[in-house]
Amino acid sequence: MARKLLLTHIDVPGIDTLEVYRRQGGYRAVEKALKTMSPDDVVEEVKKSGLRGRGGAGFPTGMKWSFLAKPDGVPRYLVCNGDESEPGTFKDRFLMTKIPHALIEGMIVSSYALGANTAYIYIRGEMMPQIRIVERAIAEAKSAGFLGKNILGSGYDLEVYVQPGGGAYICGEETALLESLEGKRGNPRIKPPFPAVAGLYGCPTVVNNVESIAATVPIVNDGGEEYAKIGIERSTGTKLISASGNLVRPGVYEIELGLPVEEFIYSDEYCGGIANGKRLKAMVAGGSSVPILPNNLATKTAKGEARLMTYESLADGGFVTGTAMGSGGFIAFDEDQCIVRNTLNFTRFYHHESCGQCSPCREGTGWMEKVLHKIEYGHGDIADIDLLWDIQRKIDGNTICPLGDASAWPVASAIRHFRDEFEWHILNPRESQTRNFGLAHYADPLVPVV
Amino acid sequence: MAEEGKFKVTIDGITVDVSPGTTILNAARQIGGDIVPPAMCYYSKLEGSGGKCRTCLVKVSKGSEKDPRPMPKLVASCRTTVMDGMEVQNITSPDVVEARKGVVEMLLINHPLDCPVCDQAGECKLQDLGYEHGADQTRYEFDRRTFERIDIGEQIQLHMNRCILCYRCVYVANQLTAGREHGVINRGDHSEISTFIENALENDFIGNVIDVCPVGALTDRTFRFKNRVWFTKPVDAHRDCPTCSGKVTLWYKGDEVLRVTARKDEFNEVEEFICNSCRFEKKKTADWLLEEPTLIEKDSVITANHYSVFTPPPVIKQNPKLQEANEEQLARTERLK
Repeated sequence: MARKLLLTHIDVPGIDTLEVYRRQGGYRAVEKALKTMSPDDVVEEVKKSGLRGRGGAGFPTGMKWSFLAKPDGVPRYLVCNGDESEPGTFKDRFLMTKIPHALIEGMIVSSYALGANTAYIYIRGEMMPQIRIVERAIAEAKSAGFLGKNILGSGYDLEVYVQPGGGAYICGEETALLESLEGKRGNPRIKPPFPAVAGLYGCPTVVNNVESIAATVPIVNDGGEEYAKIGIERSTGTKLISASGNLVRPGVYEIELGLPVEEFIYSDEYCGGIANGKRLKAMVAGGSSVPILPNNLATKTAKGEARLMTYESLADGGFVTGTAMGSGGFIAFDEDQCIVRNTLNFTRFYHHESCGQCSPCREGTGWMEKVLHKIEYGHGDIADIDLLWDIQRKIDGNTICPLGDASAWPVASAIRHFRDEFEWHILNPRESQTRNFGLAHYADPLVPVV
Repeated sequence: MAEEGKFKVTIDGITVDVSPGTTILNAARQIGGDIVPPAMCYYSKLEGSGGKCRTCLVKVSKGSEKDPRPMPKLVASCRTTVMDGMEVQNITSPDVVEARKGVVEMLLINHPLDCPVCDQAGECKLQDLGYEHGADQTRYEFDRRTFERIDIGEQIQLHMNRCILCYRCVYVANQLTAGREHGVINRGDHSEISTFIENALENDFIGNVIDVCPVGALTDRTFRFKNRVWFTKPVDAHRDCPTCSGKVTLWYKGDEVLRVTARKDEFNEVEEFICNSCRFEKKKTADWLLEEPTLIEKDSVITANHYSVFTPPPVIKQNPKLQEANEEQLARTERLK
């Protein structure tokens, strides 16, 4: 049985209450950090642990913390990004619903490390039940003396507030989140300056994902080196993966980084294989933004090595034959799924969620959606594939925030790996309305990619 | 070595010393000429503007003297500050030219291209941009998004179809006028410049949104359909105005002042913002003290047939028939000599 750090006690009844959580060893990290460690010790442990941001970009958390500017007389803020809205990702919601005190404990430890006396948890507006749960957990922690003035007699003060978002995907981008938190329109800011220098209300701010913050609890409890023993190379620790799609057992799993993708899909401990005895056609490894991979590249890299659930192995081969870890939103597609339709679905999402600030994303996402809609409903032209390729190329890398890139990558990878399916759609407009293309030709039988 | 306290930056092979904190765009403007990236949303007089339209993208091929690594992506030159020893490629980089062409195409796919009936035609930055950097035809084959025209106040009309969402007018409304009543509603390509429930904007300086608008989205209702800009003659003038500097450009057709705008510099930016009474109410020559004809870029359509001296090609000098045909121009050339 693989090691679990975040979801160890997830099945204990009443774990969402402070009392049960404490009985399972909760808030030990707060006591340890506040009583025996200096803030810099905590930062040092997190650096040693090699923890990488769990929100999608995979930036080392300890390094992000050490970038925080610390001018005198200016407050610092910790903001928890709970605006989880990437299609296919639902791990933070699960964590907040089931074990909210893990987040609160992580918030206290992280805020202490950063010297922040005010922290915000920004939760997506649609997740009202989770907002209630987290608010209740904060009230419990406060009455038990873990929040407020002079926590545990250490002289450290901290207030944590929950802020519901308006349900915009763009507000998951850290600077847009800060704008939204300040009560403005959620438009991403132009960087530099980065939030570590001028973030919330112009003060130095660290924005971390829910899971990253919760992961600081086992790091403080057991030490960073112990945490770094789990995983491979620069991918350390455990990661929550939210698996969905045509799987026998979809759900949220905590895996040790380094688990082979094949084992994750087919092992009974995890997803249990593809549902209804079908075959895997494609997978998205880390939420809708990352490149989609066909069957033959999902479980093996282009070099023929087994593909592992690590930041490095998933990205092996760049975007040509690899993908990215992203936020851990794992989506499996069986042979009956239509890639064109799926790409249209993703693109429609990005079109709807583009903030409209910079021109390539504002206009390009809508254009891609229209072209894909045309292809999907049998009015496509063979030149449209190259047109789509050209549009995504002109969005990728030319926008203010990563939403532009995120809208371009799924389209690029779908065309790169499933071009024959697009062509079939266009050349057989009537047939494509009644049946799906099935497995890609090169996925069945398996042909090694050179 | 750069001057004391100055940064040395090389743009398309031309080196210039600038103060720390200068953006790449402003460094390029100090050099001038063709290497200045086009800017649709950046406005030096408006704090916080820029970074949105992405037409000013450039490639940083060398980060700085200390850290010579190139920047991984193209950067918006209007919001990226220079470092000592930075090397920037603008028109010499095929990537930049390609990306800029893409941006222009994106800006135009939802633009109605109704230049023949648009008051901005002739002084529209999107026309210039499309002419200089765009493709010769569109690949977009779908319906363009449309909005209703809105009259905001007595003098300004908002034509949202033509808007490229540069946010300049939003910054004007926020920074020049009191009270925030003008902003952007909705999201993505449904975004719309709007006033609070279509309130009339009544503010002494709100007329400046017309001048900062790079396209014909915000137009002067007192000038609408009166004339094409290239048939009018701009003349600098001033008056003693209690609210603003009173320095304006009058646009004449014959003896009639058709409209009044603020004076613009070579980058099409307003030098000093003017008030509404100068702009909309003082439309008689008697209200103003005339200075001199406004200096217009020689390649601008506004100068057509006004100030340029006609230099007859040799073939005309030799051919009496052609001399006869161009009699009027030749006569004017003689007059201007």
